[in-house]
Amino acid sequence: MGETAKPHVKVMRSQLGRARGLGSAKSGAAHWWAERVTSLALVPLTLWFVWHALSLVGAPRQAVLDWMYSPVSVVLMLALVATTFHHMALGLQAVIEDYIHAEAARFGALLLMRAACALLALTAIVSVLKMGL
Amino acid sequence: MKDARDALMVGRATDGRVVRRPLSPHLQVYRPQISSALSIFHRLTGVALSAGTLLLVWWLVAAATSDEAWDEVQGVVGSPLGMVVLFGWTVALTYHFFAGIRHLFWDAGYGFEKADFHRSGYAVLAATVVCSVAVWAVGLSLRY
Repeated sequence: MGETAKPHVKVMRSQLGRARGLGSAKSGAAHWWAERVTSLALVPLTLWFVWHALSLVGAPRQAVLDWMYSPVSVVLMLALVATTFHHMALGLQAVIEDYIHAEAARFGALLLMRAACALLALTAIVSVLKMGL
Repeated sequence: MKDARDALMVGRATDGRVVRRPLSPHLQVYRPQISSALSIFHRLTGVALSAGTLLLVWWLVAAATSDEAWDEVQGVVGSPLGMVVLFGWTVALTYHFFAGIRHLFWDAGYGFEKADFHRSGYAVLAATVVCSVAVWAVGLSLRY
């Protein structure tokens, strides 16, 4: 009979901890990474947006429509919207987890926040597409 | 946590009354330092920016909808209160941007020495002031 390998886990967490999901956030590694990646992406995207927003100060609506009509603007605007709302949802999730202690209230607040972020993101995306397509 | 009563900070006094367990004072005793002040400010600006996305979405919807909607949004944003809010939002965005970059450096492992920590903190504050003022100076001087 050959040797059987011992069960080997690469995560620094006990099996019980993993099952019970201890702590207010329950799990965090994916959240941590997503927050960093979205932050990194937002650096150039924000700069790009601020640059164009400044160039469109006081502009008539047609100028904005003309700018948004280019595929580059549409793509970058969509990237900005998606990244911003994802980053925002992650950040607000951390805030809610920290300050709301009652289980039901925290769960409700998290759901409401995610729903709001999703709806706002969709509204923004549809608006951008309406202008750009 | 050994005792479930810790979760609710509830305990019993010696005569049996249920009392809230005392919390060690922190906000009342610790002097704000560059580390704690910038940290909470990062969170506050994050929340403020989140509220500001409502304005951004309204702006995009108005641009996509009609000239009347557009004029309405531009009017609100251009009003004195609107300009104050926009300025506050710009400061929040600038601060959160630079403080966020400081965070990313920490995540990569750089800048934890006490001297670096303080220097980067003051650098973030300086960059915030300079860039907010610069962006607004440019914005106010540019009229389409």
